[in-house]
Amino acid sequence: MPAMSARMELVCPAGSLPALRAAVDHGADCVYIGLRDGTNARNFPGLNFDLTEARTGLDYAHAAGRKVFMAINTYPQPAQWATWTRAVDSAAQLGVDAVIMADPGLLRYAARTHPQLRLHLSVQASATNHLAIAFYREQFNVQRVVLPRVLSLAQVRHVIENATAEVEVFGFGSLCVMVEGRCALSSYVTGESPNTCGVCSPAKAVRWEEGAFGRRARLNGVLIDQYAATEKAGYPTLCKGRFEVGGQTFYALEEPTSLNVLEMLPELYQAGVAAIKVEGRQRSPAYIAQVTQVLRAALDACQADPTHFAVRHDWLAQLDKVAEGRTHTLGAYHRPWQ
Amino acid sequence: MKLSLGPLLYLGSRDAVFDFYSAVADWPLDGVYLGETVCSKRRALRLADWLEIAERLNDAGKQVVLSSLALLEAESELLTLQRIADNGRFCVEANDIGAVQLLAGRVPFVAGPHINSYNAATLELLADLGARRWVLPVELSRVTLAQLQQARPAGLETEVFAFGRLPLAFSARCFTARAHNLPKDDCQLRCGDYSEGMAMNTREGEHLFTLNGIQVQSGGTCNLLGAVNELLVLNVDVLRLSPQASGMQEIVALFRAAVDGQMAVPEAEQLSAAYLGQGVCNGYWYGEPGMLWQGESM
Repeated sequence: MPAMSARMELVCPAGSLPALRAAVDHGADCVYIGLRDGTNARNFPGLNFDLTEARTGLDYAHAAGRKVFMAINTYPQPAQWATWTRAVDSAAQLGVDAVIMADPGLLRYAARTHPQLRLHLSVQASATNHLAIAFYREQFNVQRVVLPRVLSLAQVRHVIENATAEVEVFGFGSLCVMVEGRCALSSYVTGESPNTCGVCSPAKAVRWEEGAFGRRARLNGVLIDQYAATEKAGYPTLCKGRFEVGGQTFYALEEPTSLNVLEMLPELYQAGVAAIKVEGRQRSPAYIAQVTQVLRAALDACQADPTHFAVRHDWLAQLDKVAEGRTHTLGAYHRPWQ
Repeated sequence: MKLSLGPLLYLGSRDAVFDFYSAVADWPLDGVYLGETVCSKRRALRLADWLEIAERLNDAGKQVVLSSLALLEAESELLTLQRIADNGRFCVEANDIGAVQLLAGRVPFVAGPHINSYNAATLELLADLGARRWVLPVELSRVTLAQLQQARPAGLETEVFAFGRLPLAFSARCFTARAHNLPKDDCQLRCGDYSEGMAMNTREGEHLFTLNGIQVQSGGTCNLLGAVNELLVLNVDVLRLSPQASGMQEIVALFRAAVDGQMAVPEAEQLSAAYLGQGVCNGYWYGEPGMLWQGESM
């Protein structure tokens, strides 16, 4: 792969038509969406697209010269297989610009049934090394791979130097601490996981309690965190609560925080990253507009002059305002985080 | 139905590992998985050591499989994997698609518990590439297993994780080092101090998860001893028993007795309670949250 891509694409999420329009209007090069069922990893109530909405969204994006990707990135079990293959067929019929997939069996179906359909490998497929990328390229002609949020910058560089497909990385949004596609913490507690149901720490399992102790957040009865009256309470994602380990109570896995790679954009660009992805199909159109606008400005500035690129304070302020935990991290890109 | 001993998931000293497998040679097991699957910084044993243990176990009549890492990032990890794949003698367990890429069409392999085998099309693909055996992902139920057994390709063996703390997640971050306020690059191999991992408890004292370096395991010990008859009916070929620090010989003996019909399943299950750590679970098997337990209280 070339050391520097001609242009890094900005790939933004949309969980609804208004969000898709917000992403397109504020400068996304590509928007990724999902169907309203368990075929994608943001299977939340009231979110996502039916086929008519997908058609409308696709037309809107294409009219503006932008692309639409469809995520079909959960792992179908035998009883649900036909729903997943139908989703792939629908994506092909709609003429999406790519499907983002994770399941090897489903990738094989897509490659055989729709050889013209461009395939991207979802982060849920956990491809963390160039051998895995070569596998998906050789087996299914996957054109682009989204890297899990576990690699350091040096490792991202090394993967790109040896990869036989384009590489897309996460740039902003909620941070998965675990290797995506390899995490069953949510199903251990609630019965539903990203792989099986397209959800993590599902809202229907969340229960809040208030009392003299403050607020408690439970997931299927399990205490995830407890907040003093003065503390801001976050959504009880399993890996972002406070637990007791070795006599200490702390964020044993990770703090509630967002990934933000703005300060690393020139390095990612020079490493040959093909696209920067924003997490958050579950977020509001206003959020999508805000984040897309800031990342568009940052990407443009970086690509115009990578050596003199500097992160603007107002960009960070705008992003932190909407970020989980109202704070950000470079995550695994920055070695000490690990 | 065969019994296999899963790879050691906790870090032990070289001597302790050699001693452990000297004992294992006499246990009523059909197969043993050997090697490091969690963290490449654990280098107490070199490949030559593992191969030495493998030969001894092979001489003792055990079918040996060399396991490999679940999370492959660094080039050095890929080189180690290459050496395992090139061992020329023993079957290899792939726990990352990168390993499948190396083994496909060259070396017979086991698609381990960290390969996402959720449907028949994936099993077919793996079999086409040379898989001899696949392991049911820990979060799948008996209902899904039954459907996959109907559809699996001929000659592909099925293995089920039947005992031990469930390996639930992996991260770039080392949680044991984090609990000691150490960065991963200077972890001092503190995971070696915890022969059963570190308990991660809720603020109400519930042992929810177990931290084992970059791996997160279940708090409860998965025990499918009570489901042995169902597993037999479903034509499962192999049960994987994941080693714990104490009582493992007894656990193996109880599974052996139950599988061979030498002891009634409820009796074996009852007796196994004495060798379980804090908490027991089997929820995944019944299509429930994995942490739950269905059956007699243990």
